[in-house]
Amino acid sequence: MAQEEQSTGSIYTDLDDSGSDEEINKWERTARLWRETLKEHWAKLTDELSVKLSMLTVAAFMVIAVFAPFIATHRPLERQYQGDAGIIQAKWAEPSLLGGDTEYLLGTTAEGFDIFSQLVYGTRAALLVGLIAAIFTAGIGTLVGLVAGYYGGKVDDALMRIVDFLYGMPLLPTVIVLVAVLGPDLWNIILALIILQWRSTARVIRSQSLSLRERPFVKAAEVAGAGDWHIISRHLAPNVLPMTFLYGSFGIAWAILAEAGISFIGLGDPNTVSWGTMLQASRAYSALSFGAWWWFVPPGICIGLLVISGFLIGRGYEEITNPKIQ
Amino acid sequence: MGKASFVVRRTLQLVVTLWAVGTVLFGLFRLMPGDPTSYVISSGMTQEARNKLIESYGLNDPLYVQYFRFLENLVVLNFGQSFHSNQPVTDIIATYMPNTLVLMLTAFVIAYILGITLGVFSGWYRGSRFERSTVITALTARSVPTFYVGLIVLWIFGAELGVIPMSGMTSLGTGGQSTGFFDMVFTVDFLKHLMAPAAVLAFYYMGYPLLIMRTSMLEVLSEDFIDVCRAKGLTERTIMFKHAARNALLPIITAAAIALGYAVGGSVLIETVFAWPGIGREMVRAVLRRDFPVAQGTFIVLASTIIFLNFIADLAYGYLDPRVTYD
Repeated sequence: MAQEEQSTGSIYTDLDDSGSDEEINKWERTARLWRETLKEHWAKLTDELSVKLSMLTVAAFMVIAVFAPFIATHRPLERQYQGDAGIIQAKWAEPSLLGGDTEYLLGTTAEGFDIFSQLVYGTRAALLVGLIAAIFTAGIGTLVGLVAGYYGGKVDDALMRIVDFLYGMPLLPTVIVLVAVLGPDLWNIILALIILQWRSTARVIRSQSLSLRERPFVKAAEVAGAGDWHIISRHLAPNVLPMTFLYGSFGIAWAILAEAGISFIGLGDPNTVSWGTMLQASRAYSALSFGAWWWFVPPGICIGLLVISGFLIGRGYEEITNPKIQ
Repeated sequence: MGKASFVVRRTLQLVVTLWAVGTVLFGLFRLMPGDPTSYVISSGMTQEARNKLIESYGLNDPLYVQYFRFLENLVVLNFGQSFHSNQPVTDIIATYMPNTLVLMLTAFVIAYILGITLGVFSGWYRGSRFERSTVITALTARSVPTFYVGLIVLWIFGAELGVIPMSGMTSLGTGGQSTGFFDMVFTVDFLKHLMAPAAVLAFYYMGYPLLIMRTSMLEVLSEDFIDVCRAKGLTERTIMFKHAARNALLPIITAAAIALGYAVGGSVLIETVFAWPGIGREMVRAVLRRDFPVAQGTFIVLASTIIFLNFIADLAYGYLDPRVTYD
């Protein structure tokens, strides 16, 4: 019975069959519930072409990030020296794709770094920042939102005042100050982003769980003697999941944009190559005035592609969460 | 709870938030590595003179004394003097803030006029190719970093075509800001400098009102009074602008106030790209050179702009929409 019911209304079935199948472990049932919900969302999400394309883009970048050492033709921070015997100088080379007679696919930077390889390795930094920051901001935000919305009262007040305070902090300037305090390091940028960015998820999830907790199925669970944590994890959480994913996918996009901005300003990690640091270097060496567009055009295109994919996946999810805008 | 007590409560919240931002900032800057006095103290100085200087900055006092002095100064808007240039921070803010505001407001007005208009049409012609293309444009505009669009614009129009200046707010030799702010603003030279960064920003900010307006239009169009308008025989154009758009405008107003706050806060990047002497760029430079008083002061100005505009948005919402109740 459980199997059939779950394909239609996965979230509500666990009340009906509670007690009937004692032999199934509590954790197994929770896991099954989550699996079903995710499957449902996946099916709806992959329905749309733009979302599918975006997922392919993200997947392609992931493959590039994982296999970066095999794809890159050179080491990203290893100077490629050119010059006549005895005189070693690092200088930029035109891309071989454009007919420059060098071995460098997209040319080299003024510092003598291979641009193609930097681009490939930059994918790692972007995805690392995007995914980790998004997972944590969405996770922390959801947890705080659920707790605040479910308990209400003083707990809610206290948590929401923290969120209000965070909303008073301008994003980039705050990250700049935090990174200046913690030191320019990719992990510190991620940490600074997490500290600030869970605010939006928390606010939205809170208002959702405020209304959910008044719904009959939650009241019924309360009457049946379910504990707080049980209600939060099994009744509220699956229902706010679409919102969590929505804010998660937007979070990826925002984090990548923010990292690029921070690096561009000059507070990026000097030991890692990211698309932002590439842009910063190109500006520092006046690539603009020299017309060395192969240096600064590609990183921005990569940022744009990845970020727009995040936004489009987010929008696909928005249509699940808000049927009104379909 | 009535309206008056809402205003009082919200005002209290405003004060508390400002205090919290100030306190966190105070803590953060004290944690920052690097000796702030190294810029003013030369190595040839005797230890005695050095101590005297540190003393004069008040950096030797116990932390709580420094903290209370900080709060006291915050209330009277005294942010101290720059370690770097010895100018009062208030003067520095007064110099750079108008530059940021001119740039941001210009971009904002253009962005919201275009965004709202496109959003109205996009919501009205739902399902059309026009709607899809506006949504894609809006998303693209928000996806590509503004500083990158700025770089590309500078490259094409500045470096290659030479039609826009490469950096700054005025050309050398025009006297710039020293001739007086308004004398500077109304010159062709200034407009030439303003054009590119304002256009780039407007393109970026346009997406937000466009998407909100579209969603809001979709919601309004499903309401009964639109059918009544049709039944009365009003023309489509009248319904679109006089009835639907006017009602759909409500969420835009609060969103605009909040977005303007964040725009001022986010001025950091665009000002850096175009070397626009605004408050965001000044903040970055102050952080990079460990000029705490300036960094602190400019940050507080940026943060309070956001906090204050959020406050205005909250109050305006209740004022503009009679359906809002305070409970």
